[in-house]
Amino acid sequence: MTPSAAPESTARPRAAARPARLFAQGRFETLTLLRNGEQLLVSVVLPAMALVGLTLSPYPALGDVHRIDVTAPGVLALAVASTAFTGQAISTAFDRRYGVLRMYGVSPLGRSGLLMGKLIAVGAVLLVQVLLLGGLALALGWRPQLVGIPAALVAGVLGTTAFLGLGLLIAGTLRAEAVLALANLAWVLFLGLGLLLPVTTLPTWAEPLASALLSGALGEAMRGALAHGTWSWGALGVLLAWSAACWALAGRLFRWAP
Amino acid sequence: MAAVEITDLVRTFGQVVAVAGASWQAEAGRVTTVLGPNGAGKSTTIECLEGLQRPDGGTARVLGADPWRAGPDHRARVGVMFQDGGLPNTAKPLALLCHLAALYAAPRDVEALTRRLGIDSFAGTPLRRLSGGQRQRVGLAAALVGCPDVVFLDEPTAGLDPHARREVWELMREEAERGACVVVTTHSFEETERVADDVVVMGRGRVLATGTVDDVRNGESLEDRYFALTGDLR
Repeated sequence: MTPSAAPESTARPRAAARPARLFAQGRFETLTLLRNGEQLLVSVVLPAMALVGLTLSPYPALGDVHRIDVTAPGVLALAVASTAFTGQAISTAFDRRYGVLRMYGVSPLGRSGLLMGKLIAVGAVLLVQVLLLGGLALALGWRPQLVGIPAALVAGVLGTTAFLGLGLLIAGTLRAEAVLALANLAWVLFLGLGLLLPVTTLPTWAEPLASALLSGALGEAMRGALAHGTWSWGALGVLLAWSAACWALAGRLFRWAP
Repeated sequence: MAAVEITDLVRTFGQVVAVAGASWQAEAGRVTTVLGPNGAGKSTTIECLEGLQRPDGGTARVLGADPWRAGPDHRARVGVMFQDGGLPNTAKPLALLCHLAALYAAPRDVEALTRRLGIDSFAGTPLRRLSGGQRQRVGLAAALVGCPDVVFLDEPTAGLDPHARREVWELMREEAERGACVVVTTHSFEETERVADDVVVMGRGRVLATGTVDDVRNGESLEDRYFALTGDLR
C-alpha cells in the first residue's frame, strides 16, 4: 500500500452527465451479459441449434413452405425471450439478492438509470443475436419478406418490452433461486408454446392458449411479418396487453431490497 | 448546519418500531460512529439517510437535502459502503471501480485508490472468488471513488486482518481531515476509540447517548459505558 490517494478536486462532487451515466451502465451490463457463458448458451447457441435442426430435419411437418422461412422468424422470437426475459430475470434476481440494486440505487445512476442501462444492454445483445442468427439463417437460404421488416421491428420492440416486464416482475418479487428455476422452465414452455413454431403445429386445444401467451403472440407476429409481409394486429395487441400488465404490476410489486 | 441530521426519526415495519423518535447529527470533518446492539435501529436509520427507506415520522437530512427525494448530484456527494457488499458477483474489482467512477463528473484516480487499499493484487479476480476481507476493501473503494462529502460505512473493518484494518482506519481519518463527514456503524469499541471524534449509542430505536467520545465515556471505559447504557436491552 502506498501513500494517500489525495482528493483530485476540491470542488463539490457531481454526477456525470445523464447520457454518460447511461452509456457507462449500458456498456457495463452488455459486457457482463456477453461474458456470461450460460447466458450465451441460451441466447445464441441453443437458438442456433434450433434453427439448424428444425430447418434441416423434415419434422415437425410445416406444410408446403420453405422451412427456413418459418423457422428463422421463430428463432429470432426465441432470441428476444432468451435475452429480455430469461437472462434479465435471472441476472436481476441475483443482483437484487446480493444488494447490487441497492448499491446502484444510492449511486448517481439511481433506479431509473439502472433500468435504462438494462434496456440498453438488452438492445445491444439483441442486435448481436439478430446479426449472428440472422446471418446464419441467410446462409441457410432464408429469404425474409423485406416489406415485413417494419412489422417485425414493431413486434420485436413490443415483445422485448413485454418479456422484460415479465422478467423484472418475477425478479423483483420472488427469491433468486425460485427465479432461476422459473425463468428456465418458462423459457422451455415458451419455446414449445408458439415461440419457435406456428401455433397451428400444436394440438387444437393448445392453439388458443398459445396465441394468448407472450410466446405465441411474438412468434406469430414475427412469422406474419417476415414470412408473409403482413401485420398481425391481433398478436401485436396481445403483446401490448401483456406489456402493459407486466410493467404495471412490476411498478407496484418490484422490491429493490434483498 | 450539520452534514447529517435526523430529528425525531420514526420508522416502523407493521407492529415493529425500528426507530422510535431518534435525533442525532454528524458534522463535516469528523468521524462519527454509531454503536448499538443488533436490532437497535442503526441500519434502518442509516438507510433512511441513504434514501433507501422513507421515514414514517420526523426528518432525515443529508447535506441539507431530503435523501428520499434527492437526485443524482446529491447521490454523487454521498458514498455508501454496505456490510453485505452490494457488488455484482461476476464483476472484477478494477473494471467495476472504473465503471462506478464513470458515474461521477470528477472521480478519484481509481488506480491510486486500488493501490491505497491493496486491491491491485486482486484487481482482475471476479468478486465471487475473493475473501470477505477483500470484498470489504472493494466495497470501501466503491464508497470513496466519487470523493464524497458524506460517507456511510457499515462495519467497514469486519473480517479484515490487523494490517488492513489499520489502513482502513487511516483512510477514514484522512477522509475526515479532507473535510468529509464520515458516519460508521460498528460494534467495535476499539474502532470508536481509535478513529471516532463523536459517537452515537442507540438501543431499541432510541438514542441512549450522543456526543464526543470523551463526553459519552464520562470518565469510564467506552465498553463499560456502553454496557451500562444498553445492559437491559438484549
